[in-house]
Amino acid sequence: MKWETVIGLEVHTQLLTASKIFSGASTMYGSEPNTQACAVDIGLPGVLPVMNVEAARMAIKFGLAIGAEINRHSVFARKNYFYPDLPKGYQISQYELPIVYNGKVEIDVDGLTKIISITRAHLEEDAGKSLHEDFHGLSGIDFNRAGTPLLEIVSEPDMRSAAEAVVYLKKLHELVRYLEICDGNMQEGSFRCDANVSVRPEGQETFGTRTELKNINSFKFVEKAIEFEIERQIDVLESGGAVVLETRLYDPDKNETRPMRSKEEAHDYRYFPDPDLPPLELDEAFIEAVRQTLPELPDAKRARFKRDYKLSDYDAGVLTATAAMADYYEDAVRKSKSDPKLVANWTIGDLSAYLNKENLSIEDSAVSSTMFSGLMKKINDGTLSVKTGKQVLEMLWKGQGADATDESTAAESVIIKFDLAQISDRTKIEQVIDKVLAASEAQVQQYRNGQEKVFGYFVGQVMKATGGKANPKQVNEILKKKLND
Amino acid sequence: MLTQSDVERIAHLARLHIDERESKVFSDSLSQILALIEEMNAVDTSNIEPMAHPQDVGLRLRKDAVTETDRRTEFQEIAPATENGLYVVPKVVE
Amino acid sequence: MGPEAVINKSLAELSRALQSKETSSVDLTRAFLERMDTGQGLNAFITVDGDRALEQARAADARIARGDAGSLTGMPLAHKDIFCTKGLLTTCGSKILSNFVAPYNATLIERFNQAGAVILGKTNMDEFAMGSSNETSYFGAVENPWDRACVPGGSSGGSAAAVAARLAPAATGTDTGGSIRQPAAFCGITGLKPSYGRVSRYGMVAFASSLDQGGVLTRSAEDAAYLLSVMAGFDPRDSTSIDRPADDYVGSLEQDISGLTIGLPRQFFGEGLDPEVGRRVEAAIEEYKRLGVKAVDIDMPNCSLAVPCYYVLGPAEASSNLARYDGVRYGYRAPEYADLIDMYKKTRSQGFGAEVKRRILIGTYVLSAGYYDAYYLKALKLRRLIAQEFEQAFQICDLIVGPTTPTTAFKLGAKVDDPIAMYLNDIYTIPANLSGLPGISIPAGFDNAGHPVGLQLIGRYFDEARLLNMAHHYQRVTDWHKHTPAGFA
Repeated sequence: MKWETVIGLEVHTQLLTASKIFSGASTMYGSEPNTQACAVDIGLPGVLPVMNVEAARMAIKFGLAIGAEINRHSVFARKNYFYPDLPKGYQISQYELPIVYNGKVEIDVDGLTKIISITRAHLEEDAGKSLHEDFHGLSGIDFNRAGTPLLEIVSEPDMRSAAEAVVYLKKLHELVRYLEICDGNMQEGSFRCDANVSVRPEGQETFGTRTELKNINSFKFVEKAIEFEIERQIDVLESGGAVVLETRLYDPDKNETRPMRSKEEAHDYRYFPDPDLPPLELDEAFIEAVRQTLPELPDAKRARFKRDYKLSDYDAGVLTATAAMADYYEDAVRKSKSDPKLVANWTIGDLSAYLNKENLSIEDSAVSSTMFSGLMKKINDGTLSVKTGKQVLEMLWKGQGADATDESTAAESVIIKFDLAQISDRTKIEQVIDKVLAASEAQVQQYRNGQEKVFGYFVGQVMKATGGKANPKQVNEILKKKLND
Repeated sequence: MLTQSDVERIAHLARLHIDERESKVFSDSLSQILALIEEMNAVDTSNIEPMAHPQDVGLRLRKDAVTETDRRTEFQEIAPATENGLYVVPKVVE
Repeated sequence: MGPEAVINKSLAELSRALQSKETSSVDLTRAFLERMDTGQGLNAFITVDGDRALEQARAADARIARGDAGSLTGMPLAHKDIFCTKGLLTTCGSKILSNFVAPYNATLIERFNQAGAVILGKTNMDEFAMGSSNETSYFGAVENPWDRACVPGGSSGGSAAAVAARLAPAATGTDTGGSIRQPAAFCGITGLKPSYGRVSRYGMVAFASSLDQGGVLTRSAEDAAYLLSVMAGFDPRDSTSIDRPADDYVGSLEQDISGLTIGLPRQFFGEGLDPEVGRRVEAAIEEYKRLGVKAVDIDMPNCSLAVPCYYVLGPAEASSNLARYDGVRYGYRAPEYADLIDMYKKTRSQGFGAEVKRRILIGTYVLSAGYYDAYYLKALKLRRLIAQEFEQAFQICDLIVGPTTPTTAFKLGAKVDDPIAMYLNDIYTIPANLSGLPGISIPAGFDNAGHPVGLQLIGRYFDEARLLNMAHHYQRVTDWHKHTPAGFA
């Protein structure tokens, strides 16, 4: 039997607020345990929640970016369950009336555009963390994370393969970072994903029984966990069994999913409106003010890059992967007044290689976009060849040029200091070529007898003699002329 | 009417340990209370907007500012069990 | 001024005596501490820290000497043990918080501290404010100073008994379904529940968050006005606190009330009302008429369903509010357990008393899958109907008047095993909580057994000034509020 996979994702994004959603404690990651858990966060008797305006703004920003409806009236509800990392015995979340609903995200699958519908995105508070290691059979609880604002983005079951799920997840990841509402750090848990997975015989309309996969916190694991789960479900069904509706934990070490013991009992969360929090009422002015802060979104930026800079799909995609990358590129193009394709090649090629080697993001590049623009200018006007260009980039990366009066002249000062400017003086090049030809009579003879591939040898010799600085175009031209004379 | 098994089910949801004798007692008194509650059915409430808050106001929003400082020592002085700054509980199963 | 003189003065009088330096805060505080010490045996207090109180009193005296005093500077006050007090036990009448020393002050406590008031002690109460007799307290029942075989009412039973027995000039309380007004009625004192949102709930241990409101138990409406002036106000830490300045409660006490209209809901005078209570209330209404107030009969049929409505909403919210008592971060933890779930269950079963468990169970049930609409949602809709009834009533009257309770204080133990009978005690007080309206109970005489009768007034939202003004006029022409229980004079 042929099986069709059905996947929906629930993505938890930690919002980049300074303080928590309902308290004034810091949301900073990585502090000593429980030093950022205030009275409200640990749920002391008598404390009360007060909502952070920025969390609302960020949720709206996301909603506007995916063309969703913004609820003018949304309600915070309590989700009741016991767990040691949940200080109050309930999580403040949104249930019946979420702040954002009915949006959509477009993804590219094998060159085709597919729409993934977003059912809802709601605000809620994160829980603390249970640490299981080194506690001689006990667990230690850290509430620093408790109360960090989360936007939970729930998709419709619109994806049909693990690969599609990953494309969608990457798209969301890119979007929330563009919007600057989430840092997207999956390792630190600021961008987390649960997947609802089911299979059904191809052609069947009703959905199969789904399982919910948890703990899949990298793009790689999302793909692997879903693939494993699809296989598992198909095996179960083909051997005459039935898939059980359950929550399963992905174990990346064993690459398998297994039922979560803590979720074995039936859920009965007893949601009801939180009496401590009146409904969140949003007026048009508030929403409009958020709309004004929307940046150019990734899809629009990509289209513009392709159009304005005449870039390929691939180049535009890489250069708009993050807003910072796109800003860097555009700054370099603008300041260098160089061929955008040339700047794109150098950004995607050599510059990215340095970044990747040192595992840096573009924001932390040792060569600023201004320095880079100085370099691009010198390549674009022929002062530098590809080879010397690479040398200059390396020197800039290593800190040379720091003595320049300003960043835009750093490349130039390196070029002067190390005498790397291209030789484009015709007389000079002719002198070198004459010398080379005079010293290579045998090769000249071969060439003139029709062995044209010897031509490369002459070029090499000229370059060697000039330390690679001779203008290659002129070298070619003059060589041809002299050899054919 | 609440049976003893209803009582046991909700007691588990509420994380209360209820023994046989108690579940009998509670099923009696809770059933009486439910009967009292069901007097509500005397009133037709269709088309009535539910009222979760006794005041007609919207949520007040606060500025996003860090106003709290570390008070771990104070807070953990009153905790049943802590170690290395963590609250200690029996092992949590996932 | 000697201790005897001090004990029988109203808070307003004591305030004037402090300002004019006829007495000092230390003398006053010491007088009340000694009175508690001599063991009145009412069990009205859970915690008394005399040294700390005297330290606060000395600071207050210094402040008075500096000329930096307000009307409550140096005033010893008792606080219901539901308000978090930094460095002092805050038990909420429960074993589960029997070791809980709050690391912060409730906003209400903070406001009194800033005013320079002295914390005399923390008063006994029904566990988590769930009860109408103070018999559910882990720290034992409280006796009614008028009849020590009777309950003082609840849940603010300790506060009511303390004020009635002159163990404190005044006390704070909280009122979720009548927990200030009902004990005030049973103990022959004045009890004010302000509008929901008037007094901050921050630091007040939550029972049912949409119904809870902090207030006061005092000897007179005038005393209540003094306290409310300090307590009322906006608190940015409470999302349900209303950003509206407090009115001049003291200044408006004497305002003319003639020409005002009181509404008498038929449902407050029907079946279930003890005839003696009814007669005292009728007499009070006649008194008002003599003061130029008009009385009209009104009909509030849905109010008679306030009790069932309340026993859905209160327990539902409580079941969630009390989930935090799990033995992890503070409070009691069972000494022995097998695993995590066992720790939760043993901690909570050992830590909570029977009534609290009963309400957690009923609340869990009405919110659980399959029952939400029939019970919880139904109750929210009924609540709207009840609130609308008040809105309509206030079209034709300025205040609503009736009995506070159907009966006077009953015997200790009489209703412990009959939750329904206990719940019906609050039949006249609950509607104001459901609607968020302010209510006050004032003494209106005694029944044949010598038990006090309470008269209830309910006002428009945020109309505390009018409520106190009306109560004050009654107290100008009557002296019920000045009676002191035998043995406590």
